[in-house]
Amino acid sequence: MSERFHEVAVTVNGEDVRERVDARKTLVDFLREELALTGSHVGCEQGVCGACSVRVDGVVVRGCLMLAVQCDGARVDTIEGVADSGEIADLQQAFIARNALQCGYCTPGMLLTAQELLARGGVPSRKQIRAHLSGNYCRCTGYQAIVDAVEAVAKTRAEAKR
Amino acid sequence: MKPAPFAYAKARSVAAAIELLASNDARLLAGGQSLIATLNMRLSQPALLVDINGIAGLDRIALTNAHIEIGTLVRYAQAERSPEIARAAPLIALALPHIGHTAIRNRGTLGGSLAFADPAAELPACMIALGAEIEIVGPQGQRAVKADEFFKDLFETALTARDVLTAIRVPVASGATRVGFAEFARRHGDYAMVGLAACAQADGTRLNDLRLAYFGVGATPVRARKAEAALAEGDVEAGVSALAGDLDPPDDVQASGAVKTHLAGVLLRRVARQLGRAAS
Ligand SMILES: Cc1cc2nc3c(=O)[nH]c(=O)nc-3n(C[C@H](O)[C@H](O)[C@H](O)COP(=O)(O)OP(=O)(O)OC[C@H]3O[C@@H](n4cnc5c(N)ncnc54)[C@H](O)[C@@H]3O)c2cc1C
Ligand code: FES
Ligand code: FES
Repeated sequence: MSERFHEVAVTVNGEDVRERVDARKTLVDFLREELALTGSHVGCEQGVCGACSVRVDGVVVRGCLMLAVQCDGARVDTIEGVADSGEIADLQQAFIARNALQCGYCTPGMLLTAQELLARGGVPSRKQIRAHLSGNYCRCTGYQAIVDAVEAVAKTRAEAKR
Repeated sequence: MKPAPFAYAKARSVAAAIELLASNDARLLAGGQSLIATLNMRLSQPALLVDINGIAGLDRIALTNAHIEIGTLVRYAQAERSPEIARAAPLIALALPHIGHTAIRNRGTLGGSLAFADPAAELPACMIALGAEIEIVGPQGQRAVKADEFFKDLFETALTARDVLTAIRVPVASGATRVGFAEFARRHGDYAMVGLAACAQADGTRLNDLRLAYFGVGATPVRARKAEAALAEGDVEAGVSALAGDLDPPDDVQASGAVKTHLAGVLLRRVARQLGRAAS
């Protein structure tokens, strides 16, 4: 129906959510404002910075370039859910150990995007890590420590598998 | 900023989408990786968004003997993983990693890229180099438009406001097909300053049906026909010199026209090597 407001049913971090949304509300604003999940950040609102990264049906997308109304029937995972489940506990530890975050604004997006690469298995090269994270801006760290942390986790996870 | 209010409808078929497009000021929503950014910036304020993401079958990749047909909703990431595209359309496979970043490629669609027709985008030039055909369905039915005739002007294509691009049809690469792709961007994933997509059929030492399609050098992708003639004969440096007559890139925020023409020559030497032509 061509209307402005729509009822949507979304599974957010494993919980079923039903809300009436304004079509113009982006997914990241919906998560932050309606569901108080403020771990996903809003930077540029034009797809450039990656601060708003979330997972929709298993793939990392820009939360600012998808509408909440498009997520009807979808599974959305935010940094809160992925952190609570323990899926990225090792990656979070590595970020802390290597000073891969300072202000933390980019961190939720970095973690989710890095996890997408790590979940493919194997040990990616530093070049591959940089390419995969190229759409996530960090204004603090200079990236070196972030690449270090992701590389270290890739190695320990590969080691643990053997 | 936040988008201005709009209505939203999810189309379940191409016919339903065309029906919905009849209403005033409606726009199709595909991957949203260009459209939603412009809505957020209020660079466009449509009254209705017609979401085509739920239309079954538009994300198919189908291979026949002569063609590979790529549905409009095939996402860049899906295309990157496709063995059919790697084999039958290797030029597209070469270009895909240059488009944006992983999260953009997870959502952005091949058809959306052609419909949007950014002058610095990779795929429009690839389609011209490949001699692809674009399938369009509109209120009057279905038609196919050659890539050479599809890109009309800056962000302007053969699509009218009531048309849906449904698929891209590319001739299948044979053993003789040679392809090349190179671009300059300030950072990996940025839109290119200048780029070049090329395709030819090798015949002994000759390159037949050589097509050089530059992007980032004008309002639409530009074929460098004089350089094509020189390179087909095997003279790379004559091709580079000929570019001055083929291209007239305007100055933009990234580089002056003169710098772009110079870079176009550098790219030609690189692509000539990929096509099996050594720079002398
Ligand atoms: C940070 C960032 C970096 C990027 N870098 C690049 C890059 O390096 N190279 C590049 O090429 N692109 C780049 N893009 C753009 C990206 O490729 C877009 O995905 C693409 O331009 C549009 O595809 P879409 O499916 O997202 O379309 P949408 O954004 O949904 O739509 C774009 C336009 O096309 C129309 N449209 C879409 N599908 C159809 C259809 N089937 N029929 C008729 N009209 C249709 C829409 O109505 C709209 O006007 C980048 C985007 C971002 C945010
Ligand atoms: S806020 Fe979405 S990419 Fe910057
Ligand atoms: S830690 Fe501050 S932006 Fe990355």
